[in-house]
This record gives sequence, C-alpha cells and structure tokens, in this order.
Amino acid sequence: MFAYLVRRLFLMLVTLFGISIVIFCLLRIVPGNIVDILFAAAGYVDPADKANLEKELGLDQPLVVQYLHWIGGFLRGDFGYSYVSEKQALQEILPRIPITARLAGLALLFSASIGIPLGVISAVKQGTRLDYALRVVSLSGLSLPSFWLGLLILTASVAMFGQMPIFNPNPQTYLEAFATYAVPAAAVGFRSAALTMRITRSSMLEVLRQDYIRTARAKGASDAAVNYQHALKNAILPVITVIGIEAAFLIGGLIVTETVFNIPGVARFLVEAIRWRDYPIVQNLVMLIAVVVVSANFIVDMLYAVFDPRIRYTD
Amino acid sequence: MRSVWALAATAVVLSLLAFSTITLAGEPKQGGILRMYHRDSPGNASIHEGATYSINVPFMPVFNNLVIYKQDVAQNSMDTIVPELAESWAWVNDNKTLTFKLRQGVKWHDGKPFTAADVKCTFDMLMGKSQQKFRQNPRKTWYEQVSDLTTNGDFEVSFNLKRPQPSLLALLASGYTPVYPCHVSPGDMRTHPIGTGPFRFVEFKANESIKLVRNPDYWHKGRPYLDGIEFTIIPNRSTAILAFVAGKFDMTFPTHITIPLLKDAKSQSPNAVCTVEPTNVSTNIIVNSSAPPFDNIDIRRAMAMTLDRKAFVSILFEGQADIGGTMLPPPQGLWGMPKDMLQSIPGYGPDVNANREEARKLMQKAGYGPDKHLAVKVSTRNLAEYRDPAVILIDQLKSIYIDGELDVVETANWFPKIARKDYMLGLNLTGSAVDDPDQSFYENYSCGSERNYTNYCNKEIEKLFDAQSQETDLNKRKKLVWDIDKKLQEDVARPIIFHARAGTCWHPYVKGVTVMSNSSYNGYRYEDVWMDK
Repeated sequence: MFAYLVRRLFLMLVTLFGISIVIFCLLRIVPGNIVDILFAAAGYVDPADKANLEKELGLDQPLVVQYLHWIGGFLRGDFGYSYVSEKQALQEILPRIPITARLAGLALLFSASIGIPLGVISAVKQGTRLDYALRVVSLSGLSLPSFWLGLLILTASVAMFGQMPIFNPNPQTYLEAFATYAVPAAAVGFRSAALTMRITRSSMLEVLRQDYIRTARAKGASDAAVNYQHALKNAILPVITVIGIEAAFLIGGLIVTETVFNIPGVARFLVEAIRWRDYPIVQNLVMLIAVVVVSANFIVDMLYAVFDPRIRYTD
Repeated sequence: MRSVWALAATAVVLSLLAFSTITLAGEPKQGGILRMYHRDSPGNASIHEGATYSINVPFMPVFNNLVIYKQDVAQNSMDTIVPELAESWAWVNDNKTLTFKLRQGVKWHDGKPFTAADVKCTFDMLMGKSQQKFRQNPRKTWYEQVSDLTTNGDFEVSFNLKRPQPSLLALLASGYTPVYPCHVSPGDMRTHPIGTGPFRFVEFKANESIKLVRNPDYWHKGRPYLDGIEFTIIPNRSTAILAFVAGKFDMTFPTHITIPLLKDAKSQSPNAVCTVEPTNVSTNIIVNSSAPPFDNIDIRRAMAMTLDRKAFVSILFEGQADIGGTMLPPPQGLWGMPKDMLQSIPGYGPDVNANREEARKLMQKAGYGPDKHLAVKVSTRNLAEYRDPAVILIDQLKSIYIDGELDVVETANWFPKIARKDYMLGLNLTGSAVDDPDQSFYENYSCGSERNYTNYCNKEIEKLFDAQSQETDLNKRKKLVWDIDKKLQEDVARPIIFHARAGTCWHPYVKGVTVMSNSSYNGYRYEDVWMDK
C-alpha cells in the first residue's frame, strides 16, 4: 500500500510538471500578450514605450528563462505580480478562492444530496410514473445550459419578486450568506445533480438484481435497509467517481455562473486574466487548479479502498 | 369682511407653504452613496495612461483639471469651459501663450498642497519631457504644439506654444486631462490615484468593485453632495440591466445601453429616467489604399457610394443614430457639416439606387461586373459593435460585385494587424474624446500618425489642418473644417458610416445627472449629483 502511495505521488508530480509545460506553452501560443492588449486598448503603438514595457514585465526574456522564473517562483510560493493590477498575484487570487470554493462545495452538496436519493428512488420505483417524472427532470438538467438557467432565474426573480439574487459581498447573517450562494449553486449544480441521479439509478438497478440483495430480502431485511445499507453501499462507487470528475468539470460551469450572477470568484477572474494575458495570474491559478484536480483524483482513488473492502492496493 | 381677510391670509400662508415645499423638494440634499454598475474592469486607475471611458467614469471624480466643461451642460463647447484648478486664464503673446492663475489653498487627498509645480509635472510627463514616464501615453500628440510650460511662483503657470492653437483649451477641459500630483509616481497612480477632486479613492478590486468616498476638504465648498460612489463591475450586460431594474443600482453605466435594450429596461422599470445621446464614436470603413485592389480610387469610391447608411441606422439603432462625416453632425456636434453640404458628397445622396448605379459603373470601369466579382476579406474586431455593422456592410457590398468574407480578429490582435496594414478592408470604430477637429484630424488623417490606419496622406489637406487649427475666428474655422471634412469623404480616406447613440438610465430620485451629448469622456465629475431619497 505504501509503495503504491509513493508511486501515485510520484506520478502526480510528473503529471503536474507536464501540466505546467502545457499551461506555459498554450499561453504563449495564444496570439498577443499584455503589452499588445494595452496598446490595442489605447489605439496606438510607440515602439520605444512597447519595448520598455516588455522589458519591465520580463517578456523580452527567452521563453526558457521565463518558464524557469515562473516555476521556480511557484515552487517557492512566490507567484509574482499581476501585470494588470500590479498587486501580488497571490493577493489577487487568495481572497477569491473561498468564494468559488463555497459555491463549488454547495453545488456539489446540492448535486449529491439531490442526485443520490432521487437516483435511488428512481431505481427502486423503476417503471412507475415517479420514475418517468424523475428521468424527465434529470434529462432536462443535462440539457439546460447553466448560463441559460441562471439568466432565467434572474429574470424570473426580477419579474415575479422585484428582487435579484445577486452576490452580496457582506452578508450579515448565515441565512444571508447561504442565500447569496444557494441560488447560483443550484443553477450550476442542477446539471451535476441530474448526472449523479442517472448514474445512481443505473448503478442501483444493476446492484438490486444481485443475489445477495435477494438473500437480504429473504432474510426479512426492511426495504430501507436493503436499498440504503446493502445496495447503495455497493452502487456508490461509480457515483463517487462521477462526483470526483464533476468537481473538476464544475470549474467550467462556475465561470459562466459567476459571470451571470456576478460573483467575484476565481473562475470569472481567470477568464478576465486570460483576456488580458495576465500570465502570472493565469499560470499560477491554472496550476493551482491542476494541483486541486490531481489531488482530488488521488483522494478518490484512495476512497475506493475505504468504500470497497474488496479493493486493496498491493505492492 | 373679516372672513375675506381670513381667507386671503390663509391663501397667502398656503401658497408660501407650497412654495417653500417646492423649493425644498428641488434643493440638493447631502448624503447617500450612488450605486452604479461598471461595464468592465478597467486595466488601471490612471486616466492619463488609458484610452477608454471605462477609466474616466470611475476615476474622473477623483481629480480636477485646470479647466473643465461645465458638468450640467450637455453640449461641450468653448463657451461651456469653466475654471477648475485654475481661477482664470488668458491668451497672451499673439495667442502663443496660455496663462492660468491657479486656485490657492487646494490640497491633494493626502494633504499635500497643490501648486503650479504639479501642473508642470503633469504636462512635462504627458509631453515625455520628464524623468518619470507613463507606461503608456496615448495622448502625447495632443501637446505637439506646446513647446514647454513655465511657472511663475506657486500659483501661475503658462503653456508656451509653437504656434497659436485655440483648441488647446478644449483639450485641457477634457476628462482625459486631469492634473496629477508631482509627489506620486505614475505606478502608484495606476493602483491608488491621489487627486484634488470631489471624491477620494478608497479601493479598486479588479473584476469586483471600485469605491470612492466624499472628500471633506474639497475646495468647492458644499460639494460634493454624495457621501460616496460605488461601482460594481458587471461585465454581463443582461445581469447589469436586470440589477438596475431590480433596484440594486441607482444608475446604469453611462451610454452603455443599446437602443433595443433600452426599450426592455424602460418597459421593466417605467419610472426610470432614460436618455439617448450620441457617443461621438463613428463606425467607419478602413481601406488599405496602399495595396491592390483598393489602391484604385474608383473601387474605393464605388464602395463608398454603395453604402446605404439609413439601413445601418435603422437595423442597428432603430433609426436613432446620426449620419455625417468625420465630425459629429449637428445639432449635438459642433463641427459637423450642414445637411445640404453633406448630401452633395457622392454616396450621401438620398437615392441609394442611383448611387449604386453610379458605383457599379465605377466597378465596371475597374474591370469587375456580374461575371467577375471582387473577393475581399472584411476584417473587424471580435466585438458585437464591430461585427454587426460588418455583416451589413458585406451584404451591401454584394450590390457592386464585391464578395466580402468576414474576418473576425481578437482584440489583442486587432490593432497590431491594422497598424501593420495587414488587411484589405476593415470595419472600425473611432471615438473622439473632444468634439474638436484638432483631435480628430491630426490623429486619424495626418501623414505618419500612428492612428492613421489607412495611410491616407495629402499634403494639401495637411496644410488645411494647420490653417483651421490656428484660426481664432470660430466661424472662419468652422467653414475650413467643413471643407476639410468634405474633401476627406470625397477622397474616401475613411468612409464614415454612422455616428452611434446609446442610452443611460437612472432612477428618478437621482438628480443632477447630465449626460454629455458630444463626448463620452468628459462628464463624470459627479460633484453636482445628489439623491432625493
């Protein structure tokens, strides 16, 4: 088990190194840099001013030097300065992370707490009207883009209540704080919940046909005990995998949701930084996301062993 | 008799009461935070280093100019320029020296005193003559005729000119021309601006918010009325307008609402006060005349003649935009050609079919016709206000055997692409910070100017630019400007399609807002704005 852990950790580091190269190269392949954008916005180019600015930002250095400078800083925890705001990159990134983390956490919670029970119900009540209704709901969840759903919620709120669930940076109570995040989390988590529900349903259907379930019923176990204690425990593995993948995929949905609900989170900030070609922000932020995603996958792999006693990582 | 007197007395008392109520209702009230959304996150807070009104709107309230356009008059003109940090000004030395007497007792927001040295510092930096440099200096060319600045004591400063240039005063009155403090570096001004203006800078969180607070030591006693201004950055226009409708904001971002969206906003918030004004941004065609096929003047003329400008205005603005030449057309524009003069220019006449018939003849003369079409790429920036008219342009060009293909260019590449003349035909937007020919002509049509994207160069016209620039008689200058503008359109230097208009809305309790009608860059001091709440 220990050797496996070490091997996975090593693989993680190699993956992250590869990702750092990809991030760095992709940003350089995209046409234009911050200097081009600044001058494009001003509508003029003074070659001397341009050269000065490139020198000031270190963009005149060879690419290898730029890469080593960045990755060295990242490893030391020195994320450099934002080209745009001229503030420390970490100072710009850190306050935004909890906002997005809360939103993502709530969306995942929404996804799991709605998706798993409804998936179980749908499987247990297979072929009934309730099952069909739940399947329609899950299908619509997969079909509705979160930005559209978000705009629909905003428009409906204004039209029906004259209020708008827009981000409140200083909530006074826990309820206000919850309200600030709940609606956007539901908008972005709806798709995720639908997916979780479908996976749970299909996985449950497979498990419910197993012999040991029949045995449990024959021994007089209650429906709840059979469904949740025996069946769900074994059906949950693919669901955990999907939720793990969704955690990474959620970032994409959050970019749009943060834009529509005007939430100053890290996802929207990343898009803006890309627009400005703010390399220190984009590189460090994407790298941080990569670290989170790779670590999440690692944790999911470890969780397999916890949830399924049959899985044992051996040397 | 007694009852008559009583009745009369009651009437007098009631009318006095009514009058006092009216007076009170109209009298500005102190206090309140003006909440406004901002259309995007400005790159920095330094007005001098920016070239977008995204910087002017939130940061103009932090500063003062030497002179400024009166903030409660919509149309900027020489007559509406009033002193601000200057107390008075005078043209001397055959109009080659502009001297300002400065206001005394003014303090920067960090408590240091404002003096003539600050004015000299600011303009030395703008002219590139100081040790400290701006990262970017987009309006350096505005001061080409200024040879230097001299101070006389702490409260007098003179601009010494190479030749008379009456429009210098107009340029100094723009929102783009605040006075910066000597003791604060350009880098600090980008992140934490210090001014003398009615509001102090509190914080700027990129992509989030900008906060300003009332300057209690403002030299203009009794101003500003507001306790502060808060801008929430909302790039999504639909979210922003919904938030305004829901009452989250007191005012929309100025001249940000398109005409179709304005109808939506008004229908959802019927009490909102909305106004539609020209932005002094023209939508125009840039033609690369240095390479075939547009080195042929006939093809350029044919293209200009096929434009159905009314169709553009009707499709994109539901009729609410203006047709004109380089200068913004009247009545809002001060320098635009009169209608009859405009209509005498080929392509501006009302009979579009006749114009296109003429255009087709020119195309046939150049060797193109129904059997031989000219294929061109129409380049434009990847923004809706560029793309939409470009699509209409391509459609209209079909009528003269030109098959256009849309070439959408990302913002980062747009300017470098057109600056290196790597295009055949482009659709571009050109904004004017000041409604003055000096700003427009030199920048866009002068030989060798960085912003002369089409490489148009006409030495004769250049002489006329200088002649109008030096002319002190307003009427004579206007006639000169009209002639130049007409010639520029006839030469197809950069065919102007239309001048855009856009809407601004605020809730009825917001008072004292004036949206400028011939510039989007000059009307955001906000010291006269108050809230009747």
